[in-house]
Amino acid sequence: MPTILTDTALVFGRYARQTLRSKAAMTFGALMPSLYLVLYGPLLAHMPLGGTGSSWQVLVPGLLLQLALFGASFAGMALIIEKQHGIVDRMRVTPVSRLALLLGRILRDAALLTVQAAVIVLVAVAMGLRAPLPGVLLGFAFTAVLALSLASLSYALAMKAAAPTSFAPLVNAVNMPAMLLSGLLLPMSLAPGWLDVLSHVMPLRYLVDAVRAAFVGHYSDPALLRGTLAALALLAVSVTAGTRYFRKAGA
Amino acid sequence: MDSSLDSSDSIRTSGLARTFTTPRGPVEAVRGIDLTVRRGEILGFLGPNGAGKTTTLRMLTTLLAPTGGTATVAGHDLARDPRDVRRRTGYVAQSGGVDPAVSVREELVTQGRLYGLRKAEAAARADELAHELGLTGLLDRPCAALSGGQRRRLDIAMALTHRPEVLFLDEPTTGLDPGSRADLWDLVRRIRAEWGTTVFLTTHYLDEADALADRLVVVDRGTVVAEGTPAELKTRYAGSAGATLQDAFLAITGRGPVERDAAPVAV
Repeated sequence: MPTILTDTALVFGRYARQTLRSKAAMTFGALMPSLYLVLYGPLLAHMPLGGTGSSWQVLVPGLLLQLALFGASFAGMALIIEKQHGIVDRMRVTPVSRLALLLGRILRDAALLTVQAAVIVLVAVAMGLRAPLPGVLLGFAFTAVLALSLASLSYALAMKAAAPTSFAPLVNAVNMPAMLLSGLLLPMSLAPGWLDVLSHVMPLRYLVDAVRAAFVGHYSDPALLRGTLAALALLAVSVTAGTRYFRKAGA
Repeated sequence: MDSSLDSSDSIRTSGLARTFTTPRGPVEAVRGIDLTVRRGEILGFLGPNGAGKTTTLRMLTTLLAPTGGTATVAGHDLARDPRDVRRRTGYVAQSGGVDPAVSVREELVTQGRLYGLRKAEAAARADELAHELGLTGLLDRPCAALSGGQRRRLDIAMALTHRPEVLFLDEPTTGLDPGSRADLWDLVRRIRAEWGTTVFLTTHYLDEADALADRLVVVDRGTVVAEGTPAELKTRYAGSAGATLQDAFLAITGRGPVERDAAPVAV
């Protein structure tokens, strides 16, 4: 269907221009992970983190997915402001594809976060990261897929939420356990048994393990396959949920 | 279903209803609205806050699915062909619908593209609309830089992009100064005169309804409680054609339009 493609490109273009107008949005997102690299990364340099490779090959994958986690899960905040300006309704009364209204937005978010991920990897290389290029590219792919998924869920929640005051605390309440249980900052292989077991209920953990395997070039590691399956399942569920809320009349 | 639809009718609803489920139980925002709007008519849709005006408008513009009844808008069934309804109707919400940071031209062009125009067509249509609505000198300003009256003209220009048969206006003059209100009334009359557009507008200003609307429909507690020309309503409910519409309105609804919204109406 060509309409969905042109509609998605149109919506993507509108929000990409919005991002390009806001220099703050572009730089600020990459700032927090860069601070982790510079101020936290050196602490890990001589820690026994288990596995192969350097501490940077453990830290940077976590930072990429952390970027996607925090960057995409708050994407809905902008939608709540647009709802208050009447922009969402104005678009929903036109014949534009409902799916495109969501896809255009989440593709913008994924594009922005992938660019920021590239900036982080460049900073990390300057700090001492050495990783195979295909592994790094796989890391970008996981970052993008996670961003697409979480941005979809965030927009779905924002379509329901009446105000930023009810939206932000809920997102934080999900993000904190997601970050802690997925081993973003330190690998779960260091965890005591009960915490390691508990962390397996968090889909994000499989993505983190997969990107860490990719960064040390272990492309046939089962962790990479598990991570791919988890990422695709999350994407399917999230985009389905997101479209449902864009299609359904807001109440 | 709509075989009985007279070709001179632009909107026809039958038992149109919407019940919201809330934690405190169901809220019947609209309990069954029957109304007919003729092609080229300016209809004033009145009622106290919480009467169901905005909910009705949101259903007629495909933003909200009805939980009961049927409606035909611009020749198409609301539930069966929402896309065809969208192609033939324009809607200006109370809050407008433009991004303050985006330029007037970009918003008009994007709107054209959302209605399926190609890039060059959308650019030409933006110039044409700006000319018709007196926005030409403002095209390259951000929407935030416009005055209240200019903003409203832009909102209406956006809704006219695809030359709709029916134009829905939700409280179009709220917050405007008297001069801008008078200009907006002239604009609405001109839209109807030049393009034969049916205009369905809600308002709390009874002088506006009196001056602008051919016919009024008054809703209260989710149903139609009165309809007729302004003169008919004054004679019937306030005793004489010389009475004010305010007297008629109070007699019909039994209270002033001051209550807080009872229904959880979406923004």
